[in-house]
Amino acid sequence: VERTSLLKMMEISVAEAEKRTGKNAVNMQETYTVYLIETRPVDAASEGTNPVPDSLWRRYSEFELLRNYLLVTYPFSVVPPLPEKRAEFVWHKLSADNMDPDFVERRRVGLENFLLRVASHPDLSSDKIFYSFLTEENGWKETVFETGFQAKADSRLKALNATFRVKNPDKRFAEMKHYGDELQSVISQLLRVRARAADRLYGVYKVHGNYGRVFSEWSAIEKEMGDGLQSAGHHMDAYAASVDDILEEEEHYADQLKEYLFYADALRAVCRKHELTQYELEMAAQDLTSKKQQREELATGTIRTFSLKGMTSKLFGQETPEQREAKLKMLETQIEEGEELVKERNAECEEFVKSAWVDIERFKEQKDHDLREALISYAIMQISMCKKGIQVWNNAKECFSKM
Amino acid sequence: MSASVVDNTVSSGNSSVAIPTDISGQILDLDEDDELEVFSKDTSTTQTDGSSFNASMQTSPASMINQYKFEEEEEDADTKDIFVTVDNPESHVTAIETYITYRVETKTTRSEFDSSEFEVRRRYQDFLWLKGRLEEAHPTLIVHPLPEKFVMKGMVERFNEDFIETRRRALHKFLNKIAEHPIFSSSEDFKIFLTAGSGELTSHKKQGPGFLSRMGETVKAVAAAVRGVRNRPQEFTDMQEYAEAFSQKISSLDKVTQRIVREQKEYLEELKECGPTYALWSQSEQELAEPLKNVAGCVDNCCKETEEQVKHLNDHLIPVLHEYVLCADTLKAVLRRRDNIQADFEGKTEALATKKADRDADSKVLSLAWDSLVGRSPEEVKQQKQQKLKGEIKEMRDELDKAEDRLEWANNALKTDWTRWQKVMRTDLRSAFIDTAERNVSYYEKCLAVWESFLQSQRTDAEGNGNVDSS
Repeated sequence: VERTSLLKMMEISVAEAEKRTGKNAVNMQETYTVYLIETRPVDAASEGTNPVPDSLWRRYSEFELLRNYLLVTYPFSVVPPLPEKRAEFVWHKLSADNMDPDFVERRRVGLENFLLRVASHPDLSSDKIFYSFLTEENGWKETVFETGFQAKADSRLKALNATFRVKNPDKRFAEMKHYGDELQSVISQLLRVRARAADRLYGVYKVHGNYGRVFSEWSAIEKEMGDGLQSAGHHMDAYAASVDDILEEEEHYADQLKEYLFYADALRAVCRKHELTQYELEMAAQDLTSKKQQREELATGTIRTFSLKGMTSKLFGQETPEQREAKLKMLETQIEEGEELVKERNAECEEFVKSAWVDIERFKEQKDHDLREALISYAIMQISMCKKGIQVWNNAKECFSKM
Repeated sequence: MSASVVDNTVSSGNSSVAIPTDISGQILDLDEDDELEVFSKDTSTTQTDGSSFNASMQTSPASMINQYKFEEEEEDADTKDIFVTVDNPESHVTAIETYITYRVETKTTRSEFDSSEFEVRRRYQDFLWLKGRLEEAHPTLIVHPLPEKFVMKGMVERFNEDFIETRRRALHKFLNKIAEHPIFSSSEDFKIFLTAGSGELTSHKKQGPGFLSRMGETVKAVAAAVRGVRNRPQEFTDMQEYAEAFSQKISSLDKVTQRIVREQKEYLEELKECGPTYALWSQSEQELAEPLKNVAGCVDNCCKETEEQVKHLNDHLIPVLHEYVLCADTLKAVLRRRDNIQADFEGKTEALATKKADRDADSKVLSLAWDSLVGRSPEEVKQQKQQKLKGEIKEMRDELDKAEDRLEWANNALKTDWTRWQKVMRTDLRSAFIDTAERNVSYYEKCLAVWESFLQSQRTDAEGNGNVDSS
């Protein structure tokens, strides 16, 4: 976690979650969850005092608003994703209900993670709207809307159009986009497979609980075998119960994977923005070229390209020299403006490529580090699970020996 | 020990034929064909894959001891003087039928055997015959169960390797249990079974009590069963209750274990897809490629271990539980037979008492009228009747004494064998459970090693790259 100036200043956490009821936009009663964001100055702890942190409540939709603002305002940044809106990749024991306490708890952790990611991002952390999200409870929404960010957002159609029509996108971005697709696909698959396997593993462990019950009943009718059976039964119950903790831990691992599943989307968004800026540059350049050509034709009187004007003038006679003069003048102006535009767009494009690539590199490093840690923690989880299994079955074996 | 027809290295998991999970509705069909059975009750849901029995089928006496040595001191383990092996199933085709025979090899130092080594071939019918003879001779002793008949018309391949292997193991256990039994092992029928050539065996079989006398015994038994026993001693009622309860518990264990195997197999199916997904992912990555490939390898290894563990459950625990499910039935049958013997005794006692009452009553009655009519003096008639009754009473008394002896002998035999059976059951089940627990520990230990080696590789990697991760 990069020690940005923001993080040097304050500690951020999402401490609690609570249910609220209220009237929504269409005046209907609804139940929703709010999350408590706590901030506390960094040096407070070191001074030995423990002041009450500043805090405010936010709901998920406000987090979404913040993120949308960041997406539009920092299109060259790979903006950290929010935890999923609805529970996906669930397996039978896991609830898909948004109100389920386990889901709410995992979301609380995810939201905290989101805030920390933003707070440690070199560009995003110094954003004022972000700061006031953390510190100003009232009127924050209005402040965001006042920035007018919604108007700056690119329409989906525009973006899609650019993706299809762009001629020379930066190769690296094209590769990154492709990587984003692959990452999303493979993590989805992994999450699906893992959820199904978790379901099955749950079944295996729980059935062993039946051993516990039957051993206990059986021990009642045996004389010498009774004690051994009874205690072995207890261990079988313990074994069956142990799966709950195991799978809860694995859910954390799944959440880590999910974060990068959603990050893939953010990565692709940056690539699409590049395509858009590149496309707009190409459009401007193309426009300029055609205008220059028109000027040439007009000046030399030759028609090299087919144009309606050319045809009509052929059919209906040439225009007057005054008309031509006026047209030429207009074209000159347009060409001048066009050249400015191209220069502008070119600069934008270059600027974008530079900033975006820096952030993509940063993202890559973060991803490699985080996912490697995730794999290691997965291995540690497996090891812990194996150790528990060894212990239980050794205990059971002891009991069986006493049968 | 390779069979000519059956390849013992069957891969576990999927047999080539689809076996439906619930076959309870289709089992009652009994064919002439009795060659196909597995170790199962009629209504249980079974899928024993019965893959190759690993490594315990050497014929040397030493390995036999290893196989059957129990935790507790077993007298036989040190003084065991007879070793029986069942292996080498072979298919035989005749004009009328096709059937399987098994090689039965005996090594013994017992003096009543003419030689120290014997090798014969036997088919399932022969085992059935042996069991029948032992039960007949000792109705209240507990004979270890044989694998049951289990026929599904056309649903399962007749000579499916898995079924044959499972049955072979069960037959092997059966003979060894007989050999270990203090009374059965000295049975003449047992000796002949182990040593006779096929012709000799056939003629010996014919010498048994004829069909009619067997029917007579059956009728008597039914009559006794109908009559019911009046004064069953409490200890046998206790045994009955135990047998019922034990039957329930062991059946439950059987079902639970089968369920576990099913769930494990389904888990395995899902897990098998994990490794390849990690491998696929590694292809899109650079820095992460190596750890991802590593994880893929680890998951695949764990898959293999899981597969082995399931196989072990199938091959070792489930057969033992099945055997004892059948044993529970044997217990109940033995108790029923004992009841019948007592009922028979009680019936005879009653009959004798009635006859005696007749005799006493008769001596007082002077049926003068009829007898004088037929020209016999009352005294004569009375004498004749008395003589007849006396004769009948003596006969009945003799029968009653025999019945009493039989009952006493049956009771004692049952009590002794019951105690013996309980010891053996305890030993068998204990070692089966211990074995399973050990196998599970071993499974987790192997998986643990797999993941620890992954951690190790990541640590050395990190150190190699100059940044040490504290994990």
